[in-house]
Amino acid sequence: MKRVGFLRGLTYGSATRILLLGGVVALPFADLTVSALHPGAEFRRLLAGLLSPAFSAIEVWSVVWTVAFAVLGVAAGGSAGLILALFFDRSRLVRLTAAFLRSVHELFWALLLLQITGLSPVTGILAIALPYTGIFAKVFAEIFEEADRSAETVLPHRTSALSRFAFARFPVVAQQLKTYTLYRLECGMRSTLVLGFVGLPTIGFHLESYFKEGHYAEAAALLLCFYVLIGTRRLWARPSTLPVLALASLFVLPQAAGNGSTWSNLARFFGHDIIPAPIRSGGLWQSETWAAFGAWAGRITAYQIAPGTLQTLILAQIALIAAGALALLLYPIVSRRFLGQAGHYLGRAMLVVTRSTPEYMLAYLLLQLMGPSMLPAIIALSLHNGAIIGYLLGRHADQIQLRVDAPRGANLYFYQTTPSLYGQFLAYLLYRWELILRESAIFGILGVKTLGYYVDAAISELRLDTAVLLLVSVAVLSMSVDALSRSLRRRLRVEALPTRLSAESGADSARSTGAYADPVHAQQPLL
Amino acid sequence: MAAAIRLDRVSAGYDGTPVLHDITLSIEPGERVAIIGRSGAGKSTLLNTIYRRYPECTALIPQASALVGNLSVFHNVFMGCLDRHSTLYNLRTLVWPPAGEIAAVARVLEAVGLEEKLFAKAGELSGGQQQRTSVARAMLNARPIVLGDEPVSALDRVQAADVLRVLAERHETKVFAMHDIRLALEHTDRIILLEGGRIVLDEPSSHLSHERLLPHFEGAPQ
Repeated sequence: MKRVGFLRGLTYGSATRILLLGGVVALPFADLTVSALHPGAEFRRLLAGLLSPAFSAIEVWSVVWTVAFAVLGVAAGGSAGLILALFFDRSRLVRLTAAFLRSVHELFWALLLLQITGLSPVTGILAIALPYTGIFAKVFAEIFEEADRSAETVLPHRTSALSRFAFARFPVVAQQLKTYTLYRLECGMRSTLVLGFVGLPTIGFHLESYFKEGHYAEAAALLLCFYVLIGTRRLWARPSTLPVLALASLFVLPQAAGNGSTWSNLARFFGHDIIPAPIRSGGLWQSETWAAFGAWAGRITAYQIAPGTLQTLILAQIALIAAGALALLLYPIVSRRFLGQAGHYLGRAMLVVTRSTPEYMLAYLLLQLMGPSMLPAIIALSLHNGAIIGYLLGRHADQIQLRVDAPRGANLYFYQTTPSLYGQFLAYLLYRWELILRESAIFGILGVKTLGYYVDAAISELRLDTAVLLLVSVAVLSMSVDALSRSLRRRLRVEALPTRLSAESGADSARSTGAYADPVHAQQPLL
Repeated sequence: MAAAIRLDRVSAGYDGTPVLHDITLSIEPGERVAIIGRSGAGKSTLLNTIYRRYPECTALIPQASALVGNLSVFHNVFMGCLDRHSTLYNLRTLVWPPAGEIAAVARVLEAVGLEEKLFAKAGELSGGQQQRTSVARAMLNARPIVLGDEPVSALDRVQAADVLRVLAERHETKVFAMHDIRLALEHTDRIILLEGGRIVLDEPSSHLSHERLLPHFEGAPQ
């Protein structure tokens, strides 16, 4: 990377200044207006509705289908991810495939799949399974890499690869794989809810129309129902119930809405729709065809990819800074060190609510209240991510060993906890950068002119060739930010610090089951 | 008769740090050899070097018992013979162990006094029990050579003597890294003393005594 020289002397301070500078530069370009006529009044109506949920309005089947899509999508993604994880360190192709799959958001996958499999369960399940395969592959590969391999080295020579895996590798990490998969099921439920906003029959489908029509009491009932589902996840989704859940999910799936034959759609999609228009119509060996193709790609790049990328980066940068600031403000509130037991409960409540509320839905709701601009998207992204990082930092603050005469209050915050947590803070923030960027692109579907706006427009005009080109640019952008974030974390020497929410939040369970192998033990050179 | 183990001017180390220098060594089939020396003298490296050189005919008892904590004692011991069965059979045994295999594993566990823990989770055993499970795994492996890296360090003298005896019955050639000089003198025929990665003494046990070896451990707890 060219920037290596420029980043060599990177410190926590200079990294913060660079990130802040990005935010400040982006700010004047962001549309932050509130265009709704009576946002206050609408907000009061929302609160009133949230406080008097109308439970009779709950569409039971939408809840059932949300769970079913999530279970099957995560099961499929988990299985495929496990297989990819085994070849992750050996094959560049596998790593690239996984990176590509996870860099395209599940909503984008859904929009594309709607063209092939129509409004059917397959679309819902695949839209979850495809990006999750990429995520599972990467995380499972990391878990395998960190695992204690000493038992494997003692196996008799000539033990077959599969036996080796089944006896000495898989059982060592089985517990961690289970914990992570169940955590992912929770994310899958959130993703499935959001798929309703593009037409699949999940909770989000009804939420969208309730929000749009201002039926907040009905929406509140559905949301509460969703929170309960997520909050009780540990009761109903366990390793022992998973096979039953998966089987039952298969039987309750909804009927597909008629959309022609999947096979002919698939053939049309790959053989016609996604082939760039100039190539489709011109001869493959004529130079005019390629000139037209160049002009076509140039037009899309200039009028869609470039402005879309810029807006995506602007939104992501502002949201990143806002999320970071919010996290630093929030963490003392949810830490025992500052607020005692109250902080602990506050933290848990905050985590449950922010984790279960999909950012996309929040942005949609805020957009209804405030009118179209970038502001709702910024608020939604920074609330969600800031609260999660704040919660995690609060837990780290709880674990800091303080001397007996440690300062209190503001002095404790500025002199003790914040400086000692700052590296961890940057690790979380930089890790979330890519997640925020992915979401920023997606928010285009809501009308903010990020890349997703152009993708959505291209798909609704059935210009799938353009849509695919745009999606590739989304993938490239998010992979670049991921790479940059990784390199920054390496340079700041915070790459070994935890970043995954599941590691901490599985929380109580993760630590007691030793979800992370003791690194000293794991790296013991046995042979 | 060909030597069971032969090293000729072998050097070895980790990550570029040399640990063993110019080791020349020949061990005949049927010998019982103890490798002694202070910690850091290169005992484990020597055993691992031999293991890597003769992977076909050696069973290893590593220092950290190297068990899979989530699997039962049965499965951990059964791992010693994975190479003797088809993959399909191994997978079946993982889920639903055949009676014949249970009996075979129970027999070696009985020899180390652990038969009542057959289906206990390996991760829940005490250190000594884990060590005996690791020994049982090597016994089921039944290779002609057994290499033990402190194979009885977590056991009391009586148990240790029993375990060394059953290992001797099961494997033709025995090489143990040990720190208990008395146990080494009683249970092996030949003592190799390592210091700073070199062999400084290599004699029959019958020619040696506790008093004679002790100066080499001065300063180290013995």
